[in-house]
Amino acid sequence: MAFLYALPGAVAEGLIWGLMGMGVYISYKILDIADLTVDGSICTGACVCAVLLGLGVPVWISVLAALLAGALAGVVTGLLHTALGIPSILAGILTQLILYSVNLSILGGKSLVAVNPRASNLWVHMSDNPMSILSMLFMVTVVIIALWQFFYTEIGLTLKSTGDNPDMSRAQGVNVKLNKVVGLAIANALVALAGAMLAQYKGSANINDGRGAIVIGLAAIFIGLSVSLKIKPNFVVSLIGVLGGGITYYIVYNFVILLGLKTDYLKMLSAIIVAIFLAVPYLKGEYFTKHKSLHPRNAAEGGGSHA
Amino acid sequence: MLKITDLQKTFNAGTVNAKTALDGVNLELCDGDFVTVIGGNGAGKSTLLNAIAGVWKPDYGSIVIDGVDVTNMPEHKRARFLGRVFQDPMKGTSPDMEIAENLAIASKRGIKRRFVRGVKKADRENYRELLASLELGLEDRLSTKVGLLSGGQRQAVTLLMATMNRPKLLLLDEHTAALDPKTAAKVLELTDQIVNKYRLTTLMITHNMKDAIAHGNRLIMMHEGNILIDVSGEEKKNLTVAQLLNLFNQASGGGAVSDRMVLN
Repeated sequence: MAFLYALPGAVAEGLIWGLMGMGVYISYKILDIADLTVDGSICTGACVCAVLLGLGVPVWISVLAALLAGALAGVVTGLLHTALGIPSILAGILTQLILYSVNLSILGGKSLVAVNPRASNLWVHMSDNPMSILSMLFMVTVVIIALWQFFYTEIGLTLKSTGDNPDMSRAQGVNVKLNKVVGLAIANALVALAGAMLAQYKGSANINDGRGAIVIGLAAIFIGLSVSLKIKPNFVVSLIGVLGGGITYYIVYNFVILLGLKTDYLKMLSAIIVAIFLAVPYLKGEYFTKHKSLHPRNAAEGGGSHA
Repeated sequence: MLKITDLQKTFNAGTVNAKTALDGVNLELCDGDFVTVIGGNGAGKSTLLNAIAGVWKPDYGSIVIDGVDVTNMPEHKRARFLGRVFQDPMKGTSPDMEIAENLAIASKRGIKRRFVRGVKKADRENYRELLASLELGLEDRLSTKVGLLSGGQRQAVTLLMATMNRPKLLLLDEHTAALDPKTAAKVLELTDQIVNKYRLTTLMITHNMKDAIAHGNRLIMMHEGNILIDVSGEEKKNLTVAQLLNLFNQASGGGAVSDRMVLN
């Protein structure tokens, strides 16, 4: 029963993290970059939104500002990587560290800034889950349609090829460096957008928001794609899958809490989920593929006799 | 069409591993020249092609394509002059994208890309026709992911992508070396067809001396970062493998023919 009560909240929060997962999908799956900026940029989105709302700025401007701040964070990582030649994973870590200081200063040196849900006309808030779910569904629909339209344009196609085959892309006149910066900007803009929604939903922005966000994003991607790739391996279905992955993740998360797991262990649980999803395809290939010998005689001897 | 002057490149300069890959290469190609390039391993053939393509900057010298000095132009910018097919069939196409999408990206090489649909209906018809000319049955598989094709099919698609915009210069870097003999012959035949159809200026590296003699109107042989032999016209037409080896031995002072060249 308690689980059913928690369900709407899990779905609402899952939609927010699914939105972030779509951002991670762009960097991780399309650009082929494990972008650790995410842990910082989701918090930046939350901080910018919360602080602006506190100043009485309208919600849509606060959310837009958060989105742009995230894009800027992506540009910083992109330039560290492409213009300065820093490996992408390190570039992300550096930006993440930069953002910790930036986020603290946005919050005015405090570790937490609360949003007054009554004063501001919030799009989502944990006190009204049905409204939150509707708002989020509307937002992710807009985002999915926008991404779908963009990634099938002449320019969008080159973004896909940049991650898929940079050699081919350069040979076809694609500015791979610029595309990586643009892609990381889009990815982190979405992540920060999710951060802005998270701050509204929880009614606060915390300097520690977003720690391990990349892991949750990856979990959403793996859970989602494990289903959606079986249905139809195309872009839109994948994005919807990631969204579903985010929701599934939060339902499981809430379920585990209700089972009585100490919340201290939740981050470890997230990491374990991701580790399992990363390990399963590898283990399948490594240990569980039956070696079919072309020679019946060898097969009869047990196949492993040559080892 | 292409004018290379005193091109030099040393890898790992200043270390014990320093290797002079290009030692002052001069080369001029006329409009419509189809030049085959041979030479042993480490002779500088691929280095020369990569220098033209802009994979890295040369230490010295200049490269002019169609009257434009591209020596300091980044790789993606000079791509508008070039069509490239690599030795590795996996390198020239984007595996996780459809055939039509790959062709769409290639069709905009050197043209400003816009925020309009990448693969339009009219494009698909056009691509279908182009693919039909390959006679590999790919015209009905426009929506197939390229990663599902065989190496030979991928190389044929790459060839199409490299040539559909009629590049000023077509660079083929041993583009049949990784294919089985039958597929290699087919891809080579396609190459001849396309190059002749558009009268493309072409540089083709090959390890196969017979192919080098049978194709194109001019043959150059490289050795230790320089062009050693340069034959064209009637002289090239009447060349035999034995004569070529002989020429090479004389020019290089003997003994420098690699095993792989002899075997071919």
